[in-house]
Amino acid sequence: MFLNALLLALREIRRNVLRSTLTILGIVIGVAAVITMVTIGEGATAQVQADMQKLGTNLLQVFRGQGFGPGGGGRSAAPPFTLDDVRALEEEISGIRAVAPSSNTSVQAIYGNANWQTQVTGTSDKFLEVRDWPLASGRNFSESELRAGAAVCIIGQSVKQELFGDQDPIGANIRLQKVSCQVIGLLTAKGTSGFGQNQDDIVLVPIRMLQRRLVGNSDVNAIMISARDPALTAKVQADVERLLRERRKIRPGMPDDFNVRDMQEITSAFTSSTRVLTTLLSAVAAVSLVVGGVGIMNIMLVSVTERTREIGTRLAVGAMARDVLLQFLVEAVTLAACGGIIGIILGLAAGIFANHLFGVPYVFNLSIILVSFAFSAAVGIVFGYFPARRAAQLDPIEALRHE
Amino acid sequence: MTGAADTPVIELVNVKKIYGEGEARVFALRGINLRIDTGEFVSVMGPSGSGKSTCMNILGCLDTPTEGEYRFLGAPVGAMNADQRALLRRNYLGFVFQGFNLLSRTTAIENVELPLIYRGVPAAERRERARQALIEVGLKGRELHVPNQLSGGQQQRVAIARAIVTEPKVLFADEPTGNLDTAMSIEIMKLLTRLNEERGITIVMVTHEPDIAAWTRRIVRFRDGQIEYDQPNVPQRDGAGAAGSHA
Repeated sequence: MFLNALLLALREIRRNVLRSTLTILGIVIGVAAVITMVTIGEGATAQVQADMQKLGTNLLQVFRGQGFGPGGGGRSAAPPFTLDDVRALEEEISGIRAVAPSSNTSVQAIYGNANWQTQVTGTSDKFLEVRDWPLASGRNFSESELRAGAAVCIIGQSVKQELFGDQDPIGANIRLQKVSCQVIGLLTAKGTSGFGQNQDDIVLVPIRMLQRRLVGNSDVNAIMISARDPALTAKVQADVERLLRERRKIRPGMPDDFNVRDMQEITSAFTSSTRVLTTLLSAVAAVSLVVGGVGIMNIMLVSVTERTREIGTRLAVGAMARDVLLQFLVEAVTLAACGGIIGIILGLAAGIFANHLFGVPYVFNLSIILVSFAFSAAVGIVFGYFPARRAAQLDPIEALRHE
Repeated sequence: MTGAADTPVIELVNVKKIYGEGEARVFALRGINLRIDTGEFVSVMGPSGSGKSTCMNILGCLDTPTEGEYRFLGAPVGAMNADQRALLRRNYLGFVFQGFNLLSRTTAIENVELPLIYRGVPAAERRERARQALIEVGLKGRELHVPNQLSGGQQQRVAIARAIVTEPKVLFADEPTGNLDTAMSIEIMKLLTRLNEERGITIVMVTHEPDIAAWTRRIVRFRDGQIEYDQPNVPQRDGAGAAGSHA
């Protein structure tokens, strides 16, 4: 019986190709929009995750204040860290591979005629190890340079490109603000981070040099810690929190005035915010699916009126009310499902194209395809039912007489 | 349902049909008694409003009597629900309409297949039976024509093929020649006569035209909701050859 209804419905759709096409347009657009949004969203999420992976999952970052991200929350109220804190962490906590202090400031870097606004990070020789970031050429900071706060720097690929072009930067002197600084190393390329910032746009200097000659204080704004093993991060995090509470003299029961984030946590926070955005956009797109459903209902109602005599004929030759109901319902669902399939294809094409454009990876998501398909079929059932019931309830005698 | 020879195909016992209520009551049928046996070829005549259409709707199991009993092959139709009557139509009845009622933009063979689809006949058999039915009505080679590529007479023959493809007990024809010119009308009447005589299909046909009624072997005339005249008829067939075949 169902196969017959499907056969009749397909014949009906074929009988009026133009009208069928227009009917499903709403569904096609709705599904395509949802799929495109989700594809872009998934791609962005995957990109964020991949970038976070690049930072290293055994990385812990300690920030001042409570709140999220670098420089979040009540930064002014919370005292900065000191180099003694860094040393204490290094010495007293087991399971740590390396600890590096970090303080940032934004400066104008000048070499010859070229000048470039960039981010200077004051840190130690451990930075490269903590961030798992090898040098492309040159050397790391030496013990004496660190102790003296010497005017030496290691530059990122973007800075090198902007200031030196194809020239070899090693040994050259660049100016950071008013400080002439010798380039001793060049970092390998790292690419864009999940935060959307170019990680290669960076200049590393010994932290004492930054403190004394660029910012004029002795603050350490953040501490980066690399655990010896990703499995140890939770333990290390707890130890770091305990030690810092002690050193910062926070009474029991009082909240921390710093926070320790591991990259997994940050990753999931960013991932979930991307997800929320994706969901929101998809929900907007889903509204057009419902509008598409109303379109189907509209056309089906017109079709029932137009085909009243035909329905009468069907009833006369032996169709039961439920055959007619099923036929119109299957017709609506088939239309909606066809719309869904076309929408899925268009949406995937648009999504893949957009992801290519934005440079994020394409992630195949079977579930969203199945959900879209099921949802469009459901739209067909919901909005097809009313017209179908109307057709099924026609009186055969009246219907046969209908002009 | 028994197919015994003495069971009439159609039996109406004091059938009344009343529309509306109270003051506005309209008596469409005022007590009809009618018996039609297997193999008969009956024409139903009468002016509009005489109740013949109402009676045909009841006979075709599209409507039910208000009072009285309608037995089809001995089974009381009045007690059946809409689905049971649909099954009766599906399995025992064929319909031919004045306006042909073919599905537009649908090929002749697909139109003929329609009742077989509701019967659940498998596709290959369905196709073959529809093809045979079209051959029987003389439309071999027109299987893939859609209705507006066919003349009125050809369309009516497609409709007849659709009605006989299920091998019905009774064929109800409602003014089958009403939209056709004389030559085409004769073609259709020849076809119906042949189906009646060779295939033994019982035919009940409504018509206005005495010329058309003259082809049949029994004439029933309605007036004011009652049967005014019910007599056998010696067929007067003015189509060439047809009269001779029936001595």
